[in-house]
This record gives sequence, structure tokens and C-alpha cells, in this order.
Amino acid sequence: MSQRQVLQVFEQYQKARTQFVQTIAELATRPQNIETLQNAGVLSLLRPLLLDVVPTIQQTAALALGRLANHNDDLAEAVVKGDVLPQLVYSLAEQNRFYKKAAAFVLRAVGKHSPQLAQAVVDCGALDALVACLEEFDPGVKEAAAWALGNIARHNGELSQAVVDAGAVPLLVLCIQEPELALKRIAASALSDVSKHSPELAQTVVDAGAIAHLAQMILNPDTKLKRQVFSALGQISKHSVDLAEMVVEAEVFPAALACLKDPDEYVRKNVTTLIREVAKHTPELSQLIVNAGGVATVIDSVGESQGNVRLPGIMMLGYVAAHSENLAMAVIVSKGVPQLAICLVEESEDHIKAATAWALGQIGRHSPEHARAVAAANVLPRLLRLYTDTESSEDLQLKTKKALKSILQKCTYLPALEPLLHEAPSDILKHVVGQFSKVLPHDSKARRLFVTSGGLKKVQEIKAEPGSLLQENINSINSCYPEEIVRYYSPGYSEILLERVEAYQPT
Amino acid sequence: MWPHSRADEERRVKEDRAALRIQSWFRGTRLRSYLRHLQRKATIIQKIWRGYIARVYFRKKVKVQCFVMKMNFYNEMAVRIQKRWKGYYVRKYVHNYYARKRYLEGLTKKNEQVRRTMEEFAEMQRNEREHHQVECEEQKTCLQAQRMHFLLSTHQIPGVFNSPYRDFPHEMELQMKSIKPLLVKDIQQKRQAMDPSAPGDTFLKTRPLPPIPSKKPQGPFRDPATVLQQRYRPLEPTLRVATSITDLEEAREELRRGEWRGRIIDHAFQPFSHAHKNKKYERSIHTTSSFERLAYGTVYFREENQEKLRGKKPFKSIFTTCNVFDKFGQLYSNAGKIV
Repeated sequence: MSQRQVLQVFEQYQKARTQFVQTIAELATRPQNIETLQNAGVLSLLRPLLLDVVPTIQQTAALALGRLANHNDDLAEAVVKGDVLPQLVYSLAEQNRFYKKAAAFVLRAVGKHSPQLAQAVVDCGALDALVACLEEFDPGVKEAAAWALGNIARHNGELSQAVVDAGAVPLLVLCIQEPELALKRIAASALSDVSKHSPELAQTVVDAGAIAHLAQMILNPDTKLKRQVFSALGQISKHSVDLAEMVVEAEVFPAALACLKDPDEYVRKNVTTLIREVAKHTPELSQLIVNAGGVATVIDSVGESQGNVRLPGIMMLGYVAAHSENLAMAVIVSKGVPQLAICLVEESEDHIKAATAWALGQIGRHSPEHARAVAAANVLPRLLRLYTDTESSEDLQLKTKKALKSILQKCTYLPALEPLLHEAPSDILKHVVGQFSKVLPHDSKARRLFVTSGGLKKVQEIKAEPGSLLQENINSINSCYPEEIVRYYSPGYSEILLERVEAYQPT
Repeated sequence: MWPHSRADEERRVKEDRAALRIQSWFRGTRLRSYLRHLQRKATIIQKIWRGYIARVYFRKKVKVQCFVMKMNFYNEMAVRIQKRWKGYYVRKYVHNYYARKRYLEGLTKKNEQVRRTMEEFAEMQRNEREHHQVECEEQKTCLQAQRMHFLLSTHQIPGVFNSPYRDFPHEMELQMKSIKPLLVKDIQQKRQAMDPSAPGDTFLKTRPLPPIPSKKPQGPFRDPATVLQQRYRPLEPTLRVATSITDLEEAREELRRGEWRGRIIDHAFQPFSHAHKNKKYERSIHTTSSFERLAYGTVYFREENQEKLRGKKPFKSIFTTCNVFDKFGQLYSNAGKIV
């Protein structure tokens, strides 16, 4: 046999390997093939190929592994159990950039599924290697490494702390400053994941000077980058007043409001979340946002969006209104109440309704003026219906009850209270009757209206336990009227009259 | 004498008794009057004392009453002042109705303005997006036209888009006429310019893999294995190339720095034996002091301290003027005087 024939055998073997790995990588992109591949034992076949002599085969094998692990956590777990990770981590430091990219991809795919898997990635020492990759020249490698770090940090505070301890944050902040959009986006997302767990982690991110760079990118035209930037700013500012003030000091505000008109709904959602996180801390911060016209824009954006995108806006209105009477008035003046009333009707999910009810309660609880504004939007009957509805969740019922109670205790707008007399259950009714008993003694016109609209009759029909607060309130209402009228409207008065007619003997 | 004395005796007893009664009455009267006198005096004393005490008590009571009255009055006045002040303070600083109204009006105005600017901004963005979309479509049609440029009608034969059965040619025909065809060179360049760090998930996208070479390429090519080997052969530079020219200096520098780093104390220990040989030379006081002779005349010869000279003005020659030339060029007669 000649030398050529001998070499031909090797060549054929290499070709076959290459073809196998490439086909597997192709097949792994389609979700319907995954189960078949798994059953065929693809992992045990790919593992030796990671150590192949030919670099292309190594890379493609890593790529295939990553795609497989990306699909579900069973496969990711199989990758961890197959002891592939230490090998990948080792080669992450050694090999060329293409291989690094592929290896970081595998780590990312494994780490994204659950805290346990991410912990497994951390345990095999991947963090140091990934952080070293962040110092690489190639933006693709940096991107892959940042993505993997973000996926690891996303799960819980400990993993996030581990990422911080590996020194990733300053390098991520450097990555934000790179010209490549994809890298910026992923670095911002990683920073958001790191800072979301605790004030200390957020402080670390702030100390690395992230806020200034993030604030610069607010007006970037790229939509996905904006999403991540706002998410990161929101996650930073949610922890404490100091952090929120630092975000505000970076002059985020008028610029961020402009993004509420973005066509992308996630950008809008993240901006509103940022505004909510800032506004919830102190009245001063809320005032700042109100003065910048933030409330009006948020109300507009609540009107323009649907579903979960609305939720942060609704909560922001509630937080602002909760701080002080003035701020609640600002929400009312900015036409927030009609918008919330619309939300209460349009939304189908209970948690959004609950948030809306809560926000309305916060707006209406300050003074009769506020309560009147809320009641005039015809919100009370709707809240009552939500409260009495058996379909609504426990949380929604609790929130609506609280909101109703706090609004009713301030409300002196009787036309809005009238319908509640006929519908409300006893625990709400006592507040309604209480309001009537407070207002009627001082208002003669209202007394007259109360009789003609049938309110007095309804009050007489209420069965209250003697000695209870409700009974006392009813008595004080009755004392505003002459006795004949009260008796006339009492139930069963006609029978008494008839009896008297029968008993009457004409002389 | 006896009967006389008896009678006397009998009278004496009677007289004694009478005297006793008179005395007792008198004494009694005197004592009673004395007691009455004492009682009267006691009453006077008591009257005065009680009157005094009562007056003192009364005075005290009046004082207290007066004080209480005054305090009540002051309190009432203080309440009035405080009421006014609190009302003023609250109206001015805490709950200023007009300021609040003004603020809310301002806020509505601001909100209107912000809403309007937002609307404008959104409109602008929408226009931009539409413009961008239109541009993209134009580019696409342009590319399409470039690709189908070969379907352009020639002078002799009408193309696909220039049907003779129609009144006017298709607009593609016009567009194709207006642009140049796509060159093969351009396409190749475009294909090469694929950025590895392009946005988006570079892994999840299905990118066409490079074709697997099926057989040995035809022609006088080397065996691919040897080519690969050649390609991935590690670089083996000569020693001359591998090492730097300043290697020696660098090594020395490194050695010195290492020594400096590794040294624990700066002053090296001197050996204890032959201490007299290691004595350090000490200079005399005269040579170490800063008060030394000027080096003028040995090192430099010009005055170095120019400041010393600056105060003196330069010499000026003072001459008395000579009137000989005053009338130079002038005539002595006034008639022909030259000015």
C-alpha cells in the first residue's frame, strides 16, 4: 500500500467527522429534532469531538452542544453531568476566538435554565475564564462572555455576587462603551441582571460608573439597546433612595419621557418601570417627575398600551398619588382618573385590575375633593362589582375593598353614593350610610333629594343589629327627618295603616 | 367688865360675819369687774387680730384672683394671636390655596405642553420610520432592477417589461434603464464583508455551513493534509529573531530591579571583622558647609548677579551746548528769513 492510500483513510475519517458535527449542529437548530437527537445519544458522541485535533470540528461540536443545551434544561443537565464544562472552561483560556465564542455559548446555554445549572457552571470555574474573555479584543467573544455572565447572574443574589466578585462589573461597564451595538446591548442586560438582586450589588454597578454611560444611551435609535438600558436603570434605582437620586442626577428625566412614545412596547414598559421605581421612593422624587410632565405622559402611554405593559404605569400613578395630597391632585388634574377607570373596564387580568383599584384608592383617600374626583368618574360601582364578583381573586377583592373603604370614608358626593346603597354588601354599606349620616344633618337640599330618590326608604329596609355603628348611623339619619316621614317609609307601614282602617269604628 | 365684854363678844362675832360678807362681796365684785375687764380687752385684741388676719387673707385671695383673671386674659389674647399667626402661616406656607391653584393650573399647562411636544416627537419619529421604510423599499426595488437588468429591452428586441401589446412599458423597464447593472465584483465584495460581530444572536441563526470538500481538487495542487499541516505549523523563528536585540540590557535591568525588590534593608551589613577598614570617610566641616569662597576668578569672570548692577543708571555725558551751529542754514537778515 502506498503512503497515499494510508493517508486517504485518515482523510476520509476527518471528512466524516466534519460532516457529522456539521449535520448535528444544523439539526440542533430545529426544536422538533431535539428529542430524536437526545435519544440517539448525541451527547456522548459530541463529547470526544470537543477534544478533536481539528479546530473546526471542535468549534462545531461546541456549537452543536450549545444549541442542544439551549433547548431544554434536561439536555443542559446532561451536558453538566457529562463533565464537558471543565474542558470548555480550560479551552476558554487557551483556544482561538472562534472556539471561545462557541464555548461561551455553551456556558450561556447551560446557565440560563436554572440556578442549579448556573451554580454548576460557576463551580467549574467558568467565571474567571469568562471575565478574562471580556478583556479579549474581539467584540464577538466579549458579547458571548457578557451574555453568559448575564445569564448566570440573573438567577439569584449569590450567583450575582459571584459574578461581581470575579470582577466582571468594571469590564461590563467598559463593554457598554464599545461601538458595537450588540455588545452594548448585552452588557447593559448583564448589568441589569447583576444589579436587580440587592442594593449592594446595585451600588457596585453604580460605583463602576455605569449610570453615566447608561444615561448617555437613552436616546440611541436602537430599540433593543434602549430596552436593556432602561431595564438596567430601573433595576438600579429600585433599591434605595440614594440610588434613585443618582439615576435622577444623571439627567435621565426629560429624555426618558420622550421614549414613552416609542413604537416598541417593551421600551415603553421599561421606561415606565424606571419612572415607577424612581417615583416610589420619596415625595420629592415624585414631585420632580410630576413637574417634568411625567404624569401626563405616563397617563397617555397607559392609554395607548394594553395588558402587562400598562401595569407599571398604573402602579406609578398609585405611588405618586400615595405620597401626598398635592401629588394626588396633580394626578387628578392630569386626567389620570378617567384613564384608570378605562383600565378597570378594559383589562381582563385580575392583577392589573387589583393594581388599578389600589391606585384609585390611593388617589381618592386624601380629601373629599379627591374622593369626589374619583367618584365622579363612576368608578365606585365598578369597584363594588369587582368586590362582590365571585370570579375575582382574593387579592383583587382585598384591594378593591381597601380602595372602596378609603374612598368612601372621604366621599361627600352623594349622587355617587346613592347607587351603592342599593347594591353594597353590609361591610361596605356601613361606610356609605356613615357618609350619609355625616352629610345629611347639614344639607337641606341633600335631605330632600335623599327622600325623593328613595334613599330613605332603602335605609329603613336595612337590617342592622341594635347597638352597632350601622344602627347608630341609621338613627342619626332618621333624626334629620320628621317622624311621620320615617314611619311612612318604614317597611310594613301600609299593613299597619290597613289594620288601623279595619280597627276604626265609625261613630 | 364681864357683862360688857360679853356683849362685846357677842357683837364681835356678828360684826365679824358682817365684815366678812362685806369683804367677800367687795372682793367678788372687784374680781368680776377685773375679769370682765380682761375679757373686754381680750375681745379687743382678738377683734384686731382677726381683722388683720382676715384682711391679709383677703388681700392674698384678691391677688390670686387678679392673677388668674389676668392669666386668663393673657391666654385668651395669646390664643387670638396664635390663631391669627397659625392661620396666616398655614395659608401662606403650608396650604396656600392660591399657590396650590396656581401650581395646578401651571401643571395642567405644562402637561398640555408636554403632551403636545410628545405628540410632535412621536409624529416626527413616525415620519422618520415611514421615510426609512420607503427608502428600504426603494433600495429593494433598485436591487431587484439591478439583478434583472439583463431583461432590459434592446434596440432590436423589446424586453419582458416592454410588451408591444401595451401602451406604455412597465415601470420596471424605466427603472432598469435608469440604473447600472449589478457587477459580479460587487456581489463578491458584499459576501465577504460579513461582520462577525453583527447584531443579533450569531449562534441561533442558521448560517449556511462551508461546503465539505468531496474529492481531491483537480489540478497540480498539493495534498490537503500537507497544506493544512503547513498552515497550522507553529512558527519556529531562529534564535536571532526570537530574542530581542536589547535582551542583555533588559536582563540586566530586570536583575537589578529584582535585587532592589528582594532587598530587605537598604544599608547593607558591613562585616564585623576588620571594622577599621570599612570606616566611612567623613568630610571636614569646611568642605561640607555652604559658606564657602566665591568662585569668582576661578570659575567665572563676569558678574553673575545682574540685579546688583541694575540700580545704577548708565553714564550720560553732560556737555554745555555750543551755540555755534544754532543759526546754521539761516540768513542773518530778517527779510530773507527761511522758516
